[in-house]
Amino acid sequence: MPEASRLPEKPAAGAGRPLLEVESLARYFRVMAPWVERLLEGKRPRLLKAVDGVSFAIPSGRTLAIVGESGCGKSTVARLVAGLYRPTQGTIRIDGLDAVHAKNATERRHIRRQLQMIFQDPMASLNPRWRVRDIIAEPIRAFGLVKSRAEIERQVAELLTHVGLAPIDGEKFPHEFSGGQRQRISIARALSSRPRLLLCDEPTSALDVSVQAQILNLMRDLQREMGLTYLFISHNLAVVRHMADRIAVMYLGRIAETAEAETLFAAPRHPYTRLLLETIPDPLKPKRDREPLAGEVPNPLDPPPGCAFNPRCPFANERCRKERPELKRARAGHGWAEVACHGVEEGRI
Amino acid sequence: MALLEVRDLRVEIPTRRGVLTILDGVSFDIAPGEVLGLVGESGAGKSISGLAIIGLLEPPARIADGTVTLEGRRIDNLPREEMRRIRGARIGTIFQDPLTSLNPLYTIGRQLVETIQTHTTLTTRQAEARAVDLLKQVGIPAAESRLNAYPHEFSGGMRQRVVISLALCAEPVLVIADEPTTALDVSIQAQIIALLKRLCREHRTAVLLITHDMGVIAETADRVAVMYAGRIAEIGPVGTVVNRPKHPYSAGLMGSIPTVERRLDKLPQIKGAMPRPGALPHGCAFAPRCGYARDLCRAERPELMRTGETESACFQYDRRWEKAHA
Repeated sequence: MPEASRLPEKPAAGAGRPLLEVESLARYFRVMAPWVERLLEGKRPRLLKAVDGVSFAIPSGRTLAIVGESGCGKSTVARLVAGLYRPTQGTIRIDGLDAVHAKNATERRHIRRQLQMIFQDPMASLNPRWRVRDIIAEPIRAFGLVKSRAEIERQVAELLTHVGLAPIDGEKFPHEFSGGQRQRISIARALSSRPRLLLCDEPTSALDVSVQAQILNLMRDLQREMGLTYLFISHNLAVVRHMADRIAVMYLGRIAETAEAETLFAAPRHPYTRLLLETIPDPLKPKRDREPLAGEVPNPLDPPPGCAFNPRCPFANERCRKERPELKRARAGHGWAEVACHGVEEGRI
Repeated sequence: MALLEVRDLRVEIPTRRGVLTILDGVSFDIAPGEVLGLVGESGAGKSISGLAIIGLLEPPARIADGTVTLEGRRIDNLPREEMRRIRGARIGTIFQDPLTSLNPLYTIGRQLVETIQTHTTLTTRQAEARAVDLLKQVGIPAAESRLNAYPHEFSGGMRQRVVISLALCAEPVLVIADEPTTALDVSIQAQIIALLKRLCREHRTAVLLITHDMGVIAETADRVAVMYAGRIAEIGPVGTVVNRPKHPYSAGLMGSIPTVERRLDKLPQIKGAMPRPGALPHGCAFAPRCGYARDLCRAERPELMRTGETESACFQYDRRWEKAHA
């Protein structure tokens, strides 16, 4: 049973109440061995705890970024919030309403309308046989927001202009666009049902840097203009630095540290956060001839007991190998962070 | 003398609609033990340059012009069989995805021993000892017992270590590493970069490091060539190109990379996208996206010109620039 790793979120001055609240969220997957092995060797299905007790809240109009390495569960969190998976445990509240157990169809519809998703690979998320205008109009039609064809056309043209394309581009097919332009189309589609919350799962990871800059700038402009709230999933700390108000660092299904973006970059507390910041190759500040920390992310099917990071942690002691740390408030530079680390709690780190 | 000399390399792909020029007039040298970084966005021609050098261009792509010289010997026009002997023995290769570089059906010990015996006269027992030694060098724990393991039994980072040991097993003079860390997580990426640097320094192996990641280049390379639309836009010492780029494209590229150091209100961005081969504009391929472009840039194609420590293919460093109209 996942314990609630509580995150008392202090909304910054001027920010509204949380649009998205996630509490002790968990999702376990049953991993089956191949059929023959199950039959011959009697192998049992094993439990993969992709997300194991994650809590956070995003105030309206702000950006929370979840960062971590592959397999840490960050995309699963986005998919749980989007309703693509049902949580094993925990609650998701969107605009104050329970998104997992909606009372009725009207309420479920209201919740669904609040959010849209942007995925990593725009080619895989755009139907290659549809014209761009139909792709963008689909959410408008699905929610029945506008009835008249002329009005739909007008809105699609407006959305295309908004994301930096021309209304005439609506007549084309996705393959006629470059990667960056395709991601603009995904964004236009996501915005067409006028959502308040955008779940962005590695939206620029498949793009070249000069195009990535265009998309990140566009996303920030749109947020400012339309008051959007972002849940931003990325493995790239430099991108996150540019986008996020608050950051949660995930490791093996749990949050290791969370803090305001400025605080996290100025004074990282968790040894894993420090490792991540230390290992980013920065073109302007090359850390030549360093010997990086050894070790890899453990197999999530067989996580180490105690703190999941203990086999790689230079500060690990007996307690870290036995007892799993919970998120606790800790001083971080001039600010505060929530850190799941015995060493930080005991003042060793 | 340069270890590898690439001169005026042109690669073409004949298609039904005409001949596409993928690389055009690419020239660079690599000195023994030097790490040359090749950066650029997807489609700029970085990987094609690497494949052209090792003679692994996929037909119908072909070298249409230019020469590749390794240790004073031309290798671009060698018969297949002779080129095969150079690959592996003199030039090692590391590709992005370690799982596709390893045969899933054979143990890594067998793959190492086979590669070692192809290029040396060692007996199987000697080759096995050498394989264990190599696996130790690349930091694989309990190397002796891992010889009998299959590629799928290793993690991504460990697999890439095995690939590096394969690339280095015949003591090549040059390693071509194409996006060697792109498929790996950042903390593993740093380990692999450090390993590659250490091994190449110890063995005095030169490296052609192909990547889109400017950070990896800055950490690793001695010199860097920035590619754009099949040509080199700028080439020079890594510190200069990173901190004081002379070509507007390298400057734009460097500016658009978000860093963890500071948060900018707006990331500098280059408008538009790189033209595709076959749709290159007349003159400088970057001119339509360039804030400095003058009529000269649209009329003529710039060659690399020396500007201080670097060479830059930009007319700003040409005598005629002052007289050109904006």
